[in-house]
Amino acid sequence: MNIFDRMMTLDRRWVFLFLALVCVITYVWEFKIDISTSKEVENIYNFIENLEEGDYIFLSVDYDPNALAELHPMTYAIAEQAFRKKLKIVFMTNSNLGPGMVNQALRDIEDSLKLDREYNGVYYEGRDIVNGIDYAFLGYKPYPALVIQSLGLDFRVNFPTDYYNVPLDSLPILKDVKNFDQIECVINMAAGNVAEMWITYGQGRYHVPLALGITGVMGADFYPYLGSGQIFGLMAGLLGAAQYEKLADNYGRARDGMRIQLFAHIVIILFILMANVGFFLSKRQARK
Amino acid sequence: MKNKVFLILCALLVGAFMSVSGQDEGTGPPGSPSPPAPASDVTAHVEIEGNQRVALVHWRLPDENGVSEYVIMRALTPEGPFEERGRVTAGVDRFRDILEMPTDSAIVADTMNTVDVVAPAPPTGVVVADRGNDHGHAINVSWDLSADDGTGMDNVIIYGIYRARGEPDIFLLQGEAFKGDSTYADIGSKEEHLKNYMPDHVDYYYKVRAKTNQYQPGQRDYFYKVRAVAADTTLFSDSETSIMDGTVFSDSEIAGPVQSYGQWFNTDRLSVLFLVAGFLIVTIFFIQKAKGGADLFVRRLAGIEAVDEAIGRATEMGKPILYVLGLGTAADIATIASYTILGRVAKKIAEYQTGLIVPCYDPIVMTVAQETVKTAYMDAGRPDAYHQDIVYFVTNQQFAYVAAVNGVMMRERPATNLYMGKFYAESLILAETGVVAGSIQISGTDEISQIPFFVVACDYTLIGEELYAASAYLGREPLLLGSLKAQDYAKAGVIILTVAGFLAMIFGWEGFRDFFHVTN
Amino acid sequence: MKRQIPLMFVFVLGFLMIIQFFIPHEKSEDLASFLLDWIVIIGIFALALGLWSLVRVSWDKVKHRKPNWQYSVITLVGLFIMIFFGFDYFRNFFSAEGLDNYMYVSFYTSIVIPVQATMFSLLAFFIASAAYRAFRARTVLATLLLLSALIIMLRFNPYLGPIGPFCERTSVWLLNVPNLAAKRAIIIGVGLGMVATAFKVILGIERAYLGKD
Repeated sequence: MNIFDRMMTLDRRWVFLFLALVCVITYVWEFKIDISTSKEVENIYNFIENLEEGDYIFLSVDYDPNALAELHPMTYAIAEQAFRKKLKIVFMTNSNLGPGMVNQALRDIEDSLKLDREYNGVYYEGRDIVNGIDYAFLGYKPYPALVIQSLGLDFRVNFPTDYYNVPLDSLPILKDVKNFDQIECVINMAAGNVAEMWITYGQGRYHVPLALGITGVMGADFYPYLGSGQIFGLMAGLLGAAQYEKLADNYGRARDGMRIQLFAHIVIILFILMANVGFFLSKRQARK
Repeated sequence: MKNKVFLILCALLVGAFMSVSGQDEGTGPPGSPSPPAPASDVTAHVEIEGNQRVALVHWRLPDENGVSEYVIMRALTPEGPFEERGRVTAGVDRFRDILEMPTDSAIVADTMNTVDVVAPAPPTGVVVADRGNDHGHAINVSWDLSADDGTGMDNVIIYGIYRARGEPDIFLLQGEAFKGDSTYADIGSKEEHLKNYMPDHVDYYYKVRAKTNQYQPGQRDYFYKVRAVAADTTLFSDSETSIMDGTVFSDSEIAGPVQSYGQWFNTDRLSVLFLVAGFLIVTIFFIQKAKGGADLFVRRLAGIEAVDEAIGRATEMGKPILYVLGLGTAADIATIASYTILGRVAKKIAEYQTGLIVPCYDPIVMTVAQETVKTAYMDAGRPDAYHQDIVYFVTNQQFAYVAAVNGVMMRERPATNLYMGKFYAESLILAETGVVAGSIQISGTDEISQIPFFVVACDYTLIGEELYAASAYLGREPLLLGSLKAQDYAKAGVIILTVAGFLAMIFGWEGFRDFFHVTN
Repeated sequence: MKRQIPLMFVFVLGFLMIIQFFIPHEKSEDLASFLLDWIVIIGIFALALGLWSLVRVSWDKVKHRKPNWQYSVITLVGLFIMIFFGFDYFRNFFSAEGLDNYMYVSFYTSIVIPVQATMFSLLAFFIASAAYRAFRARTVLATLLLLSALIIMLRFNPYLGPIGPFCERTSVWLLNVPNLAAKRAIIIGVGLGMVATAFKVILGIERAYLGKD
């Protein structure tokens, strides 16, 4: 087997090894990279930014720990922006490991909100957020399609009590909120087909403004919905999260992750080029 | 079977016990007095009566059990301190609070030189009607813009939409529309306990108020709240605080009465009904045609044709076949299509006496798959070869399921892997592990994002609707072939409609697009 | 009769839900809510069946010392540990306190989250090896695929210099035009296939899920 054949038929374990090395090196060696934002992410940021104090948004956190790296930074950035603007947030999850994700995010955001901070030149005083007043967490119920349809009728159909077993009617934040009619927008962070269910049953049936935060691999699938206007914004993968962090001036794990992703892509491209070079040169050699 | 029945009975008992134990035992000891229900929807707005300004305070009466009187209180800030402005007896829902003019002579002198406050021209032509194509509890209000909105004095800042229920007496603010807007949808709730309760088949009256906010002598912000006091005056409850509306305004004529009601047919969805009905008719037509013996051509599906070869390979190698139904639920169409393929594959496997492994992600899918495989073995005349552990539940966690299936692949080294159903991010992990295990892989999914991964890693892939067509292709039954043909003709119909729509937009015939545009 | 009754249920309820889509009236909404509640209840019972299946299969492997029976021991131990702590040491069956149980939360954050994240991260390596294997310029179409993949991967790379804006504009065009066109075509086909399959199930043509006659 000559060098060109070896280039084409390299054992996949070499690919894994080089990729792992690059990921570790770029993780340990911290440097900033420049991120440019795209319109679909700006739409979400501007929508939230233009809402007024006391407006309601609905965050559906529909992912498991496996999608944490890509979707958690989005949840953090959006929730913190909304809380800083004193919007009211209703959380829900269609994933049975989602409550853990929401609780973790709320704990971390609560700590962050206590500090005085400046974002995009605007000074925000530290504040406490209170469950039942500033946010509500409905919890998890199975069969997302059915849950979304019933949310459009009345939150109380599937969630008579919230995640902490408090009746929804006892929560001050939800006193005048019955269904999506009182919600300014729904932002769904999803790693599976729940995003499509939100489009079909949430936006399609009840016409609530919908934006999606999805994993990178799903991104290409949802551009049709952006084009048709069924969603007003789209954050795809770690890149989408990093763009949102940049817009919100609230840098976190997404920007660090982008650094690793960038160089991982470069490694993959180099291997692809190597394989093609080997392919062409071995063909030429065979002809000779 | 007995175990399943026993388990269902246990679950029923547990469920019944939980529902009983979860019931409310009642709150508080009997006999202790409680404060009366508070007044709600407190509003206050300013009107000029002669040479004085008066704040008219209204509120919605609560359940008046135990209320003896209402105390109207006012403060300069929402937090107070509140001073009492007057009292009214139970059953009364309004109060006039005379507002003082400033005593400072400088301010009085200054105000004498100000331009008189001029209210904008009122909106006209208010039209109210039930909001159609909904479940009721909603009225559409439209009006002609005030003459001073964008023209004339151009001093309209906002329109307030006010509604009275039953009699055109007490009008409460329902919502606002910005200047330049001339429509408003008053959408209420069917729940009696909610603040925006709006029952159907009740007379409603509307008026539209054009407001401006010019300076008014002696004007300042007041905050009002209403205290419901019980006969035992130590017990009371306060309403929410409401800011006084100090704008200058003019009201339209009162429109109404109008009633809201739900519709029995949503005309916005007429186009969907036509398309669904049309598709059903075409399906029935082709099914009848197929039943009549017509030969309906279906193109070759390489993936399905390879199944036989793959089963043969597994038999020769003495290795089992792994069938993965995907991560969908039993309600997913891809999973339903997968059952049919599983049935036919299981029958062949039973005939060839090869092993079969079917790990499941969803318990309902597992139950149905067990029945499907059992039926297939019985149809093949090998009921003895079937055992319940062929189809088993693993977990309904995505990556835990993938880890388990990967483990099966690496331990059992199946000769053939069949992935048919709904797959997500785990598709490539499954397929690549199958490559490492040296299996032939045939996949089919309608998840568009996963198709590229299957195409790269599997030997054969059914793309999108080919998965649904596979059941018809395998069995060649007239009923299934007929519906497949109907699908193809429906696709042709969609192409024709798309081109027609394209041409209609070019020639400006928007009615064509509007007919297919479902807004509600 | 064993098949007729379920088929009748499927037919009646299937058409009922189709009709319900066109009726906005309150009574229609109430019916939809009622039926949605029932589906949740059925799902919970099915979960019990699934758990029984898992326990039985794992126990059978342990009892008969089948190959790799040790993994089944770990499965059963993990299952019962989480049930034990999830019900708050078997003290709270009817409320959510168990979900705040310290051990339950610790197992979740220390084991479940990292393990699931690890499995997902395997995807990165498999994508690299799949891309290395698949992106070969064997034909014209394969070359186009290769070039498109390279452009989209380089899209937001800040170190490309003058070709950076070209990559960004081209990848936006690729995602919004050919990708969108192909996806819409597949979506329309899949959508029609779903409607056809749903009709087949409702009309009783597709009956594989029912088992034997």
